[in-house]
Amino acid sequence: MGALEGVVTVLGLTALTVLTRGFFFLTRREVPIPQWLRQGLRYAPLAALMAVVLPEIVMTQGKLIAHWQDARIFAALAAGAYFAWRRSILGTILMGMAVLLPLKLGLGW
Amino acid sequence: MFDIAIGIAAWGLITGVAMGNSGLPLPLMVMMSLLVFAGSAQLAVLPLMASGAPVWVVWATALCVNLRFMIFSAQWRPYVAAYPLRVRLAWAYFTADLNFVMFMRRFPQPEPAPEQAPYFWGGVATNWLAWQVPSLLGIFLAETVPVHWGFGFAGTLALLAVALSLLNDKATGIAGAVAGCAAVAAYALPFKLNIVVAIAAAVAIALLIDHSTPRPAQPLDDAT
Repeated sequence: MGALEGVVTVLGLTALTVLTRGFFFLTRREVPIPQWLRQGLRYAPLAALMAVVLPEIVMTQGKLIAHWQDARIFAALAAGAYFAWRRSILGTILMGMAVLLPLKLGLGW
Repeated sequence: MFDIAIGIAAWGLITGVAMGNSGLPLPLMVMMSLLVFAGSAQLAVLPLMASGAPVWVVWATALCVNLRFMIFSAQWRPYVAAYPLRVRLAWAYFTADLNFVMFMRRFPQPEPAPEQAPYFWGGVATNWLAWQVPSLLGIFLAETVPVHWGFGFAGTLALLAVALSLLNDKATGIAGAVAGCAAVAAYALPFKLNIVVAIAAAVAIALLIDHSTPRPAQPLDDAT
């Protein structure tokens, strides 16, 4: 990839970032979105998060993990339990990492 | 937002390392980090750019990975429609996934309010710095960052914690479970389209639940 082509590619990607993130509000024209869909889209943030998170926890290289000796599962369970107990986001992250790192570095899971 | 910043930073770092190790020129990678500012799209196009794929394939891939932002933008509209185009362009550029989630959690009513703008700009400034600084570090220190320690998982844990904070009734619980399972089941789809499939499945099931919840029994008219 030549220097100019690289720069053009990146500028195009930048435009795509702005255009997709602002797709329905960059134009002033009213975009008709039916009421039922508007109501359903309230669940989009949660759905997008779960859709990103769960594969990161239970999949490796595009496949479900096949054995239980995986540090991520225990880290996620510990993090989830901590969140249920304290409802602190930072604490949840630290709890998960406190379980993950020893399992991964110590036991090689 | 500050709580989540540590997770965002961990993710920014591993994305930066991936850019630094991609074999593409470092100045181009710095430019990409600062301008494109969309981690999952960047990770998706890096191997394509490195292998010299046609530009339109790179752009089409980024477009597909970014489809979820279009869904989010429909939600943003009532909050930002009154701002001038200049502000809306900046809003569009800066609004990453977690900014969207946190904002909608804080302001569930789809109507503008004066306290929204400071909340938004504070959030995106935090997110931008928490992402860009580690991302640039990752690009330049790609060789030395011990990625195999697995600290990138902190990003996943941050998202997990935010997702759990959004679970507050049966409908959200089932919608979240459906989204997660659909994303795993559809993982083999190209361009991260499994995320779009998962959002569609979760929205559909949530609508079904909302509309099938039995209404409280009405007293019968008793004329006797």
